[in-house]
Amino acid sequence: MPRTEFASFSIPHLRILDERGGLDEALAPDLSPPELERLYRGMVWAREADQRMLRLQRQGRMGTFSPSTGQEAAACGPALALGERDWLVPAFRELGALLMRGVPLHRVLLFWGGFEEGNVYPGLDRTLPNAVIVGSQIPHAAGIGYALRLRGEKDAAVLCFFGDGATSEGDFHEGLNFAAVWKAPVVFVCQNNQWAISTPLAKQTAAASVAQKAVAYGMPGVRVDGNDPLAMYEATRAALARARAGEGPTLIEAATYRLMMHTTADDPTKYRGDEEVKAWEGRDPLVRLRLYLERRGHWDEARETALREEVKALIDAEVRRYESMKEFPIAAPFDNVYGTPHPNIAEQKEEFLRALEEDGRRG
Amino acid sequence: MAKMTMVQAINLALTQEMAKDERVVVLGEDVGVNEGVFRVTAGLHKAYGDARVVDTPLAESAILGTAVGMALAGLRPVAEMQFDGFSYLMWGQLEGHASRFRARTQGRWTCPLVVRFPYGGGVRALEHHSESREAMYAQIPGLKVVVPSGPRNARALLVAAIRDPDAVVFMEPKRSYRAFREEVPEEEEVLELGKANVEREGSDVTLVSWGATMRAARQAAQELADARGVSVELVDLLSLAPLDKETIRASVRKTGRLVVAQEEPRSYGVASEVIAAVTDDDAFWRLVAPPRRVAGSDVVTPYFGREEKYLPDAPRIARALEEVLAC
Ligand SMILES: Cc1ncc(C[n+]2csc(CCOP(=O)(O)OP(=O)(O)O)c2C)c(N)n1
Repeated sequence: MPRTEFASFSIPHLRILDERGGLDEALAPDLSPPELERLYRGMVWAREADQRMLRLQRQGRMGTFSPSTGQEAAACGPALALGERDWLVPAFRELGALLMRGVPLHRVLLFWGGFEEGNVYPGLDRTLPNAVIVGSQIPHAAGIGYALRLRGEKDAAVLCFFGDGATSEGDFHEGLNFAAVWKAPVVFVCQNNQWAISTPLAKQTAAASVAQKAVAYGMPGVRVDGNDPLAMYEATRAALARARAGEGPTLIEAATYRLMMHTTADDPTKYRGDEEVKAWEGRDPLVRLRLYLERRGHWDEARETALREEVKALIDAEVRRYESMKEFPIAAPFDNVYGTPHPNIAEQKEEFLRALEEDGRRG
Repeated sequence: MAKMTMVQAINLALTQEMAKDERVVVLGEDVGVNEGVFRVTAGLHKAYGDARVVDTPLAESAILGTAVGMALAGLRPVAEMQFDGFSYLMWGQLEGHASRFRARTQGRWTCPLVVRFPYGGGVRALEHHSESREAMYAQIPGLKVVVPSGPRNARALLVAAIRDPDAVVFMEPKRSYRAFREEVPEEEEVLELGKANVEREGSDVTLVSWGATMRAARQAAQELADARGVSVELVDLLSLAPLDKETIRASVRKTGRLVVAQEEPRSYGVASEVIAAVTDDDAFWRLVAPPRRVAGSDVVTPYFGREEKYLPDAPRIARALEEVLAC
């Protein structure tokens, strides 16, 4: 009996825009100048907001958060491909995607500022709040995809984000498997930023890529230059189209890098060297897209200055809005435990408020 | 003796046990090179290397599941869950295996392991980083659940937990991690698991607590003593499972009054069990006032913008003490 090959696979790698803004014409997505500008604006907005949030955190005006500097292409490229009917299922490091989706920055600030009100995006359907439990959102995306199919919504799909660390959790494997078996219309985007807090990819997985994990579940996997916003857009666009056409899920690995700390409570110098960070700073996704826009004659110094000023003013206004909203009803946590009246909760709420009142009287 | 924080004291226990017993292995997310997100495992990786201080992939179920396997094969694993809110992902392995290997194999296989993690609120942490759910663990047969309240007992209890022949859940009140220091002796100190500590003797009322809430309890007891000469007997449970019912009953037989303070949600918590330990017993006849609970609320742990108001504090405990004293 000869030994034959039962299965073989290869993982495509996609890059469209190089580090100096050079374009691979054959692969270039069909994006109009306003769409390209929308993409660049989203990335600048995310970068500026990230820097401001860092200052707010250091000044004690906000809590711990997870910066996304360096990963703007991996978040904003897919967001550009998203249609209004599509669902967005984030992890916690997709600031650019949230902003492009229309989540007001003050809601993001409220979330990291310690208020449940930050999970609510009035007027914006089909966008879930952050998932802090790593990987826990992945099965949700599969379930939403199932529901879309069951309800006959052929014009909609699900975009689900997570990090490389999440691919070690059971929820990742269980969720991808379900999605593939169900041919659920889901696009899984792994932002492989090389580190899960202090754990480098090599200690996270023995596989050569995250993308190849798709093979085991029976879905296509593609590795993308995650600092190339055009490649991220194009890979997501194609995968969303495939999902909507009923062909099932796709796993996209965005090979990118977290340039700052894991969260503001983390000190990355304890576990990684400057040289690695420097090398990735040279692959800044904002610079790459800007060079390309300039080369095409869509961009110049004056427009850059104007955009930065516009975005900063917008952020100022959102920060003011956040700070004016911080006095929420203290008893709110009692009000949404159940959708129907619950006598024990009502009793505890009353006791709680009475205790606060007495504390106040005692001074 | 050196003055240490709870983080340093727990680190001392780990360092010394690893030196003493080469079967002791530490594993978890970021416990190695990064020395733990709270620096609890500082120095261990340098001293003992990759093989005994294992930076694992991000997978709580596998961290505990592999710890079970290590324990079955003769090691003494000390697994870390990075935060309370992620410990639920190990639940199947904890309930289904770690706690019951001994019972289901009639003692042939055992799981001498420790799973330790920071728990509780009060440090302005993120969503899912502030829960207090110790009763959930205490209800699992076959597990021991230990909650230190200060640096010195944390060190002595962790040593006992590592040497225990069964699985121990060691919950570290993160609010107390760096809040204060205590003298901790360099030489070995071991506390027996399952024993409560009468921290302050008194005759008017028994106040029972554990973990981070002990600080508020101490403060309340002192305030009442100073203001009104009330004599509070303060009991620190230290072990939630097994529960030291005898110490609780003996105290209530003496004082006739009982208040229990917990950070956990009010319903189905350890306080209910402490009160039942008294009402189940002849000590019940000595009660001159209904026992009272001071507790968290049955709500989803609020984010940090509101959490301070939700944590049981000294004024609330003092008020409950006054209420039972008025009976
Ligand atoms: C289930 C779970 N375990 C542990 C944590 C603590 N934690 C938060 S983020 C993180 C690393 C996540 O790495 P990755 O998935 O690569 O995403 P990244 O942070 O790099 O964006 C860890 C361990 C958590 N939030 N959830």
